[in-house]
Amino acid sequence: MISIKGLSKIFTINKKNITAVDDLTLNIKEGEIFGVIGYSGAGKSTFVRLLNRLEEPTSGIVTIDNQEITTLNTKELRLARQEIGMIFQHFNLLWSRTVEDNIAFPLEIAGVPKTDRSKRVQELIDLVGLSGREKAYPSQLSGGQKQRVGIARALANNPKVLLCDEATSALDPETTNSILDLLMDINDKLGLTIILITHEMHVIRKICNQVAVMEEGKIVEQGQVLDVFTHPKKSVTKKFVEQVMGSSEADSEIANLINTYEEGKILRLHFLGETTNQALISQLAKRFDIELNILQGKITQTQAGGYGTLFIQTKGENEEIDQAVRFIQEETSVEVEVVRDAD
Amino acid sequence: MLTEIFLNIKLEDFLEATYETFYMTILALIGTCILGLILGLLLYLTTKEGIWENKYINLIVAALVNIFRAIPFIILILLLFPFTEFLIGTIRGPNAALPALIIGSAPFYGRLVEIALKEVDKGVVEAAKSMGAKTSTIIFRVLIPESMPALVSGLTVTAIALIGYTAMAGVIGAGGLGNYAYYFGFQRRDFDVVFICTVIIVIIVFIFQFIGDFITNKMDKR
Repeated sequence: MISIKGLSKIFTINKKNITAVDDLTLNIKEGEIFGVIGYSGAGKSTFVRLLNRLEEPTSGIVTIDNQEITTLNTKELRLARQEIGMIFQHFNLLWSRTVEDNIAFPLEIAGVPKTDRSKRVQELIDLVGLSGREKAYPSQLSGGQKQRVGIARALANNPKVLLCDEATSALDPETTNSILDLLMDINDKLGLTIILITHEMHVIRKICNQVAVMEEGKIVEQGQVLDVFTHPKKSVTKKFVEQVMGSSEADSEIANLINTYEEGKILRLHFLGETTNQALISQLAKRFDIELNILQGKITQTQAGGYGTLFIQTKGENEEIDQAVRFIQEETSVEVEVVRDAD
Repeated sequence: MLTEIFLNIKLEDFLEATYETFYMTILALIGTCILGLILGLLLYLTTKEGIWENKYINLIVAALVNIFRAIPFIILILLLFPFTEFLIGTIRGPNAALPALIIGSAPFYGRLVEIALKEVDKGVVEAAKSMGAKTSTIIFRVLIPESMPALVSGLTVTAIALIGYTAMAGVIGAGGLGNYAYYFGFQRRDFDVVFICTVIIVIIVFIFQFIGDFITNKMDKR
């Protein structure tokens, strides 16, 4: 769907060359939600602007839906842009226009006749959940509502791709979640490919299928969100994963657990997607004659299932506990590790 | 009783002078608005990293604006006499004042337009570009509507300066209240005429300011 080859952007500021995006190559599949994460200054905002040429690439090729964006002339580029929606961190709505007129703006640009325009605007208002606010001005809306207008506006011309430049970074956590839900919903309903730039791992975790980690203009790590979560290789990635998971359990903490709970075996369960939905703990309690005590843990949901670790204390006959451990190993994809054996 | 205090006022002449002042101010304001918008847009669009970035055009327009703003208005009128005569056919009367009034105030308004456009959120322009907008669409549907309150309040300030200019032009034969106050008041030592002209000019200024503020507030939805 989107293919990016050797994309670079060099800014010249005070006669110094600054490489914002450095020889970037990437493929994004249709219908995917592709996240790009990085700290500020990593070049991710420049990267997303290169895709619709709000910034002109220094070199490289961008192809969207078999159309080579980088070789288009001004007029062709304008037409191509009508099929690439974009939303922004600060929403960038026209304050002088009402909600419906803001959403109608891209339709005016595309030359859609007036009667069709108002029909389409109403559809979009319903889609993003802003019914009743048609006549409001942006200044009368909350941040979340403004971003909804931004999304409706970006979708007006039925784009194939939606670019999100830090679309939730100016919103509080709760509003962020509702906007992410909306994006997921749109991705689901319209099969739209979404490229999302963020510095919040939470956003990646919640809605992305694929993630690329950017540092100093380069992609340093890329893959399925769950893989990157479970096996982060680079230190930047590890830091981002910690944003969501908290720092990995220190050994001292585990030793502390072992000392506090003296009886039975202590198990560490490692959830790596899919099976988290299989009520593992209650199954263990029903199938085996053991007592379970949840000590500590954190599990979080990604698009590919849950991910995280859980420490449990098991009490009962040794034989029974061993069987339970075997059950987990053989019947589920949860990894289990006996942190402390029964004495 | 009023006719006793203001015994030198001839109502007919006075009304005509007021009409001429309005006539000059409003026509000059329309001209200033158009020319000023063009100058302001050129300054804004050709500036560094602007949509039509062009160092030379920017430099030329900026130089013209600065030169015409630097010339004192009374001298500008004199300098423009040949041009006015060529254009209007005479150098006397309200119509003859228009070229000088417009050329004198358009550069001033042009700078105010430039400032107003600079205040427009860059992100909104970027958003319009990302939707595939043409430059003309960006100018007429984004830049101008989004800077409207500042454009109108700038025009109000310019209008008030223009009223002052019409009085100055009046002294050298353009008609209007300035003309009336100078020839029929000052030169005849009839100071009641000067006084009443001043009061009327102040009232006209207040009217323009009131209308300008009203429109600005009405349009500002921020």
